Amino acid sequence: MEQLFSDYTLRMVALGSAVLGIVSGGLGTYAVLRGQSLLGDAISHAALPGIAIAFLLTGGKTPLALMIGAALAGWLATLWIMSVTGTTRIKYDSMLALTLSVFFGIGLVLLTYIRQRAGAAQAGLDTFLFGQASSLVRRDVVTMAVPGGAALLLMALFWKELKLLAFDPEFGRTLGLPMRRVDLFLTALLVVAIVIGLQTVGVVLMSAMIVAPAAAGRQWTDTLWKMVLLSAGFGAAAGVTGAVLSSTGTGLPTGPLIVLCMGVIMVLSLLFAPNRGLAARHLRARRSTGRFQLETVLLDLYALGMQHNDPLRPHPRGAVQAMRAKEVPVDRLLDRLEKDGLVRRAASGWALTDAGLRNVETLKEERT
Amino acid sequence: MNIRVSDPAAIEVRDLTVAYRDKPVLWDIDLTVPSGVLMAVVGPNGAGKTTFVKALLDLLKISAGRIRFFGSPYEACRQDIAYVPQRGSVDWDFPTSVLDVVMMGRYGQLGWIRRPGRRERERAREALRRVGMEDFAHRQIRQLSGGQQQRVFLARALVQDARIYLMDEPLQGVDAVTERAIIDLLRELRERGRTLLVVHHDLQTVTEYFDHVMLLNVRRIASGPVDEAFTPDNLRLAYGGRIAFLRSADAAGPSDAIAP
Repeated sequence: MEQLFSDYTLRMVALGSAVLGIVSGGLGTYAVLRGQSLLGDAISHAALPGIAIAFLLTGGKTPLALMIGAALAGWLATLWIMSVTGTTRIKYDSMLALTLSVFFGIGLVLLTYIRQRAGAAQAGLDTFLFGQASSLVRRDVVTMAVPGGAALLLMALFWKELKLLAFDPEFGRTLGLPMRRVDLFLTALLVVAIVIGLQTVGVVLMSAMIVAPAAAGRQWTDTLWKMVLLSAGFGAAAGVTGAVLSSTGTGLPTGPLIVLCMGVIMVLSLLFAPNRGLAARHLRARRSTGRFQLETVLLDLYALGMQHNDPLRPHPRGAVQAMRAKEVPVDRLLDRLEKDGLVRRAASGWALTDAGLRNVETLKEERT
Repeated sequence: MNIRVSDPAAIEVRDLTVAYRDKPVLWDIDLTVPSGVLMAVVGPNGAGKTTFVKALLDLLKISAGRIRFFGSPYEACRQDIAYVPQRGSVDWDFPTSVLDVVMMGRYGQLGWIRRPGRRERERAREALRRVGMEDFAHRQIRQLSGGQQQRVFLARALVQDARIYLMDEPLQGVDAVTERAIIDLLRELRERGRTLLVVHHDLQTVTEYFDHVMLLNVRRIASGPVDEAFTPDNLRLAYGGRIAFLRSADAAGPSDAIAP
């Protein structure tokens, strides 16, 4: 079995999946930032009838022909969505759902027809549903890398126009930039990114490769170019891991494995990214609650003292606790404040130190 | 006889009608904005203020009418017109910096593909200085407060170096200090001969801040110098008598209160 997966095969599989991950991750950034995550789903599902028709017309599984068919169908679906939502009252999301299922339905019908007509030998088209990385050969990788690389290059060239489109297209129009055309251009790049991944990941799950790397990348940075690089990297990592796992004998389809790997990266990013990650947020929230409680105890001691016109006058622990709800851990807070040198133990309880009093004075300024 | 041809008005609107489906949002609007004035556009919610500004900028289809800037159609003098959209019209969580957003005001002049360079960065810094945000140049935009967002948008319009500024609620949701700073900036632009059309929501400050005003409620109710157009009668027409509007004692004219 091991000889079956020679180094050559593995290398091609890894290379192809890396290309797919880089391109879909990079261009997916814009789809996610523009709130068009589901457009990728519609395009990839709509590509299926294009693949089937290209197969019927050319009578073979030439990767380039199938890819062109997929791209045309995906592009057509997008234009259809844009023109219908622009001229009727049908909402964008309804139109996405509608187009996705109708095109996918046509694709499934055509696949069944091909299977019956051509017999089991030609059923290879089914791999486009869930993807099959182990079948990648050099020709496939080249067919993916050339248009994918071109799409990334164009994205870099038109960086500022695409950024303006994603951030403030109306303002762009007032500057005289044809934002509708830029929009069509970006959509074309997105179609390319999706189409080159179809053979490996499959039409059903390809949209995850558009959305998930960008969503994960967004967690780690607030700079657009860093986000593009990160999501391209995440996409490549997930692509290679999933594809290699799938082609080293598990027999599992590649698409689901790649998407699972991407899911792991996504969840880790959601949880552990600095700043935006859930863990970091939780810690920040706890820290600020803690600090708030400490400050409150200081202010309470001050208020108690001022009732006797002596802010440094000691007060028993019970008096401090009485100022707050029972849940407030006054003992622990006082210990902590003592360690910081802001309060001290006196014979008759707790008192502010001079440093503590200075602290109270700045706090009073801040809170008014 | 000596016939003097006066300069064309900064903005000249004739018979402007905008309809959404069958419902007119703006109906048959005529407006002349003389050059070098600071004009407020006021009117109740849903009066079409934002629609009016967007129609001027050719951002939406107009059903009828003619719009001229210094006598030319919009396409011919796009470079002379800067736009400050409503603050809420963009996603402030977008991964970019303050300086980047301000430089977007130069994208039109830069041309395709060319990247903003040192000159654009310097102009953007200068604009940020004028709105008092120079220390925020490298801040991420999601960290800005509402008033700071508004000032970033103003700076983005400043780098356009335009002759006409169209602003949609630049004072919305800003604190009192920022409001003063923005008004000072608008006045400074007027002193330099720029023309400003500003959608405004606070009737109390119209007389203090602006020299011209348009009262809008689908139709143009009135327009002209503030002391002529901003009268209780016109306000009643624009707001349908539903507001209680108190003129401050120091404002021109008799003290009036409109109550339902």
